[in-house]
Amino acid sequence: MTSIASVEGLSGLLFLCFAGITLAGGLIAVSARRLIRSVAGLALCSLGVAGLYYYLNSPFVALMQILIYVGAVCVTMVFAIMLAEPSEIKRVTRRNVLAGPLAFLVSGLLVWGLAGLSLKTRWFSEMYLDNWGKVSDVGRSLLTTYSLSFELISLVLVVAVLGSLVLARAGRNG
Amino acid sequence: MMDILALGTSLDTYLLIAALLFGIGCYGLMQHQTFIGMLISAELILAGASLNFMAFNHFLTPDPTVGQIITLFVMAIAAAEAAIVLSIILAVYRNYKSIDSEDVMDLQG
Repeated sequence: MTSIASVEGLSGLLFLCFAGITLAGGLIAVSARRLIRSVAGLALCSLGVAGLYYYLNSPFVALMQILIYVGAVCVTMVFAIMLAEPSEIKRVTRRNVLAGPLAFLVSGLLVWGLAGLSLKTRWFSEMYLDNWGKVSDVGRSLLTTYSLSFELISLVLVVAVLGSLVLARAGRNG
Repeated sequence: MMDILALGTSLDTYLLIAALLFGIGCYGLMQHQTFIGMLISAELILAGASLNFMAFNHFLTPDPTVGQIITLFVMAIAAAEAAIVLSIILAVYRNYKSIDSEDVMDLQG
């Protein structure tokens, strides 16, 4: 047993906090009645996932997760909600009564299958090098091995920004 | 007894969290009625997939930069997707005065 007073124990406790934040944020995001609370749940979940990335030895990706999800995606969603959400609480009834339980059943089966598969499989690692995966290595591979994907992703981002501007502009007078 | 404070050093914990995130996202995608709620659930699904990549990247691969780069690309795609979907939602709202997926039924689907 790891003692809670040791460094490993404290970092394990922090890890459990991050895992709990992730799952709680996800549950809030899907179960909240008002959309603004769903977005807050998504932000919470992203913070937890960033903490998990930190434990996976990649602080750069954790920083990017916070910057992009909490800083950009959630803020954009908040703006869209302010522009588009009707002021009254959405109606409770749906056309199909079975939709909620069926969704729960299907996603429960998915989780059961995925978790069972990942726990039963015997993973083996080829070799384990602790010092790799630093930010400088990531930058080097981005500009050498993955340079084509890097350029393509910037092209996709430009097209997405232009397309969203055109879509949001269309239909407006003047 | 299982050492609960050493859970962060095993691959299975991360895979389990990722599977749970994926399942929560799928549930929300099927259960939410508004388009923005569906978009939020899709982001949860992408977060679960990215967490899987990062876990395998840390524990199994010989080259631990691949998973980080894939996760960065997934983030970029997710940001582009969110921008496009939100502007589509605004366009739909301007035409239908609603973002409920059951109100937008011109094709009687």
